[in-house]
Amino acid sequence: MTSSLDIFLNAISTGVVLGSIYASIALGLAITFGILHIPNVAHPALVIVGAYFVYLVGQWGISPIPAALIGLPVFYVLGMALYSFYSRTFERKGQANVLQSLTLFFGLSLVIEIAIALFFGSELKSVDADYVGSSLILGPITMPYRLLVPALFAPIMISALWLYFNRTHSGTAIRAVAHDDRALSISGINPTWIKRHAFGIATATAVVGGAALIIMGPVEPFAGRFQIGRVFAIVVLAGMGSIPGTLVVAIMIGIAESFVSAYLTPSWSPGVAFAILLLALGLRPQGLFGAAR
Amino acid sequence: MKRNNLIFALGAILILLAGFFAPSIVTNPFYFFAGYVIVQYIVIATGWNVLGGYAGYINFGAAAFFGSGVYLSAFLFNAFGLPLWVGIIGAAALGAILGLAMGYLTLQIQGVYFAIATLGLVIVLETIVHNLPGLGGARGMAVYGPAPPEWSGGPVQYVFFVILIIAVACVALARWIEHSWVGRGLRAVRASEDAAECSGVPTLKLKLVACSISGAMLAAAGAPYPFYTNFVEPVTAFSLLIGLNAIAMPLIGGTRSWAGPIIGAIILASAQQIATVTISSELNILFVGVVLIAFVALAPNGLLGLAKRKSAGTAQ
Repeated sequence: MTSSLDIFLNAISTGVVLGSIYASIALGLAITFGILHIPNVAHPALVIVGAYFVYLVGQWGISPIPAALIGLPVFYVLGMALYSFYSRTFERKGQANVLQSLTLFFGLSLVIEIAIALFFGSELKSVDADYVGSSLILGPITMPYRLLVPALFAPIMISALWLYFNRTHSGTAIRAVAHDDRALSISGINPTWIKRHAFGIATATAVVGGAALIIMGPVEPFAGRFQIGRVFAIVVLAGMGSIPGTLVVAIMIGIAESFVSAYLTPSWSPGVAFAILLLALGLRPQGLFGAAR
Repeated sequence: MKRNNLIFALGAILILLAGFFAPSIVTNPFYFFAGYVIVQYIVIATGWNVLGGYAGYINFGAAAFFGSGVYLSAFLFNAFGLPLWVGIIGAAALGAILGLAMGYLTLQIQGVYFAIATLGLVIVLETIVHNLPGLGGARGMAVYGPAPPEWSGGPVQYVFFVILIIAVACVALARWIEHSWVGRGLRAVRASEDAAECSGVPTLKLKLVACSISGAMLAAAGAPYPFYTNFVEPVTAFSLLIGLNAIAMPLIGGTRSWAGPIIGAIILASAQQIATVTISSELNILFVGVVLIAFVALAPNGLLGLAKRKSAGTAQ
């Protein structure tokens, strides 16, 4: 017998957990778009690449979390290569034009999706771990571990990144490059190097996001499409570049979606993030945690 | 200029005549099936370019306008039996209203934010259509069009001729915009919105005009679609491929001139038609993606830009 209070409590806890998973997917974009101002629409597609990486490594009997750790350096290098291509094409010729860089990443995300579909086939892929399949029961709240475990990724990554950005020299340089890259080069640091490094970190978070996604449920090559709206909504709403804000907003969106699923029907929930984003862009474009532009 | 107008008008009439008499010469209906898609993309690319190319506002949401055109004309026909031309005008009006709303959005947001907001429009509209049983929901709905007129030679030939008329009208309008004060004003907006505003260009008015014309064209492109496929469903009507092609085609042809989107649409849509028949639809998207990346990286001003650079090179 489930009372209305039970439904309410479950909707909230599911929302918090889902939101935290969304945060781990959006985190890379919070760095590339929020800090470096590169509109990397391909980030969700990279997250799917991350999920397939975890799946592939899992074929050798390595469970998802160590697989994601193995993926970190691989994706860091991949991200640096991606940034090198981007900066060769655009930034050397002066300020990159929004249309061109958006189109580049848009095209890239399609190419990535199709490449995965051709390589792995378009059927669903999933991973196996001890905790998948069982649930944590806390009074009226039932929480499957396949949601709870990946929900822990975002807080861990965000704390690590916060420490890195605020307590280390190169982290400070990343924040500085967003402000004024000429001033940074005067102080003797190569801004292109720093941006490449930051893009590498952002791409490395994609493998963790991908691990979260594939632990949560089976993944197919085009799953990134449904995330584009959500992750941009999160990054913009959080206020450009606010890393802790990303988690807060992601959880808010997760709760909103889970309420819509619980009280309306699940088929309305894809529109929720975008409806919130459209409203927010109309009313408060600088985001909830950003300074006024 | 006057002579050019005359040549353009003659060309437009010739194309319409060719479209009118084509069914009596070309008997294989496949060419009309394939041709419909190509001409439809000419309308979409032209419509997108009015805002994206001239004013520099990137609309990722072409599919939102296209899809609302598709659904409006399908709904008007299925519910009230209204003829196709009412559907086209209705779709254009709906697209213009949506475009106007999008234009007011540009007051608040520019650049990347605008592009993402337009992407949002697609998802929101798709979700709404998905959940309205009156529009068939996720299952879609069948549209059994009326018998085509005697002279047209068949249903496919008829919708082909209809989309051809829309295309000629849209290209003529885009060409007029480009050469008039509207186009000059929009170019100023693209170069620098603040500078344009300071020199007395009515930027808001121009943007609203461009957004509504662009929206009207994109929605009108969708209106005959239900009569082409006889079936509408949310996933194809709001397909990502439409939004992608709407950007890719002008970029490949060249965004500065009305001819660019036509060139891009003909090249890319023909290639896709061949690819869909001979290979697979997945490779089709891969192909668009690769072409898009190549053009953005190597020839940002499109084929027309390349041609211009070459002729400038030989003149020196």
